[in-house]
Amino acid sequence: MDNVIFLFLRRMRAPLIVLIAAYSVSIGGLVLIPGVDDQGQPWRFDFFHAFYFVSFMGSTIGFGEIPYAFTDAQRLWVSLCIFLTVLAWLYAIGRIFTLTQEPTFLRALREARFIVAVRAIRTPFYIVCGYGETGSLLVRAMARRNFQCVVIDQRQENLDALALENLGMDVPAFCGDAAHTHTLIEAGLRKSLCQAVIAVTDHDESNVKIAITAKLLHPHIKVISRAATSETVENLESFGTDHIINAYRSFGEHLAMTMRTPSVHLLHAWLISLPGKELHPPVTPPRGKWVICGYGRFGKAVQQALEQEGNQTTIIEQVPERAPPGAVIGAGTSAAPLLQAGVRDAVGILVGIDSDTNTLSAIITARELNPSLYLVARQSRRANTALFEAANIDLIMEPSRIIVWRTLPLITTPMLSRFLRLLRAGDEAHAHTILEQVRALCHGVTPQTWSVLISADTTPAVCSAIESGERVTLGDLLRDRLERDRALPVMALMHTSGQDNVLMPPLDRPLAIDDCVLFCGRDGSRRDMEWVLFNTKALEYVLTGIDIPDGAVWRWLRRRRTAAAGAKP
Amino acid sequence: MNFEKVLFGFFVLLALTLNFGFVMGDIDNPEHHHVYELFAALVVSLIATVLKFGDRSHIGAVLLATSLVADLHLVAAALVWGVANHITYTGGEPGTVSSVVSLAGGALLANLASVVLLIIETAALRR
Repeated sequence: MDNVIFLFLRRMRAPLIVLIAAYSVSIGGLVLIPGVDDQGQPWRFDFFHAFYFVSFMGSTIGFGEIPYAFTDAQRLWVSLCIFLTVLAWLYAIGRIFTLTQEPTFLRALREARFIVAVRAIRTPFYIVCGYGETGSLLVRAMARRNFQCVVIDQRQENLDALALENLGMDVPAFCGDAAHTHTLIEAGLRKSLCQAVIAVTDHDESNVKIAITAKLLHPHIKVISRAATSETVENLESFGTDHIINAYRSFGEHLAMTMRTPSVHLLHAWLISLPGKELHPPVTPPRGKWVICGYGRFGKAVQQALEQEGNQTTIIEQVPERAPPGAVIGAGTSAAPLLQAGVRDAVGILVGIDSDTNTLSAIITARELNPSLYLVARQSRRANTALFEAANIDLIMEPSRIIVWRTLPLITTPMLSRFLRLLRAGDEAHAHTILEQVRALCHGVTPQTWSVLISADTTPAVCSAIESGERVTLGDLLRDRLERDRALPVMALMHTSGQDNVLMPPLDRPLAIDDCVLFCGRDGSRRDMEWVLFNTKALEYVLTGIDIPDGAVWRWLRRRRTAAAGAKP
Repeated sequence: MNFEKVLFGFFVLLALTLNFGFVMGDIDNPEHHHVYELFAALVVSLIATVLKFGDRSHIGAVLLATSLVADLHLVAAALVWGVANHITYTGGEPGTVSSVVSLAGGALLANLASVVLLIIETAALRR
């Protein structure tokens, strides 16, 4: 705010001095010029009346000659004063209007507003750097889950789009370079409420700069960065960036997953999406011979993933220098190179070339040549979603969506992303059992996923029960608080105590303080469970089946009754 | 030579001298304190204040503060003068004159501080 005031005062110097000068000259002249009163006696303005007269003359011209009719000399002076004061006012007001239009001033004003908005945040918040395709998707997903974001982007038109977005919460946004240290500090990097910095700009260089700034200025913060090349990944790893997301590599991983461990991929999709949505159908790409169109970052990543799963691949690449040995040189959009690459006896084709139009064209050409092909396409602009959907493609890879997919659980439920990582390392059979249990639990809609930390703040009732020596098991938390023999539609996915992660923990597992449990359940069941976590009475009931009487009278009665029972032999 | 600095120094110093000129004389004698001088002191003080706007340095902030104090005093003096002459008609009485002059005397101190600061700043400048 200081900046704005200083800028304003500095620019207003000249107009204010002109105004003061115009007024003082007018007043001084009026006081000096002799006049005549209604009796014909010589009379002069004093300062008080002169000030009054000039004040209303300066702003309004329609006035009478007060207190007495003017002499000609006075009229001459007043007509000069009218022009003087009116011009001075026009100048001053014009200056104010120009100032409010001035880019420097507007920028200072926006910055000041941003700082105030960030200062007003009273909940934990996340700084999102870059509001392009990825950033906007991420912010929308976070806002829907009630996570407060602060956005920095270099382009005003991106932020204009943010202003039009209906997020249901106020997201402070600032147009500036997030790679500048002071922009990040203004966004609240140093504040204790700041939870994480997420660098998803389109430039790897900026992402690295943001990550290193965040790591140095607030070392305990979580830093998540997007990286397009493996050099950037190494660079980010070198100074301890917590999570690095490479969209193409992630997509390759998921593609391999759909072949080797389809259940893991599906669990990913179900647990990350908002609760209450339709369950994603399974993705089942066939194994065999694949044609890959375009050998850029996308082509390389999927080739690696496919070959790792034991498929054969043939590359089609237009630029001879980029093509690996054995590749077909040509554009994937025409039939000849596709035929040469053996599209007729292939099981699937992956297309990721420079523009979305060419990608679609290649997909359609390939399908005409071999209608039974499994089609995978990379979509680079979100605006083309309708086109890709209409093209009836089996699997669409959108880099921004993949980044959001990977980032979201890291922010919303860090435990979920640990769970998913363990699943990825595990085998298909295990994942499949979990998948079937989740499916049975949720009646065909996506579940709600959340984690619970056993501590005095987050679960006061459970914590005090454990501290007083009672045995609380995982199964107790899953009982209905109204009818303890009925189970809530919730299952425990993982139990973490210390360094120990147990997937699908048994229900008789005892809980200890500082344990973490990951739950998933039907939408809304989290609230039912919170009764047991927070309310001592509800917990006592699910633990023992005894409904504790509440209220002073009932407690007194109960004490009496137990005392009487104890006194009897 | 910087014309802006000349103007700045001129107004700051003029505010002090005019103020001093008004305060000079017996404190309760209306003959010694002409209202024209009060008017001039007030106008020049206001201009000096505006000239000090928008300076971010520490000394600039203190200079602005002294000027604001002087303005406050002079405006108060002008108000007392106006009320006494036009509302209560006690303009010529020694009590009124002395309160106007003593208020202006306060402004004199502030203007003096302002000039001293200006001199310190100038002296601290390396040639």
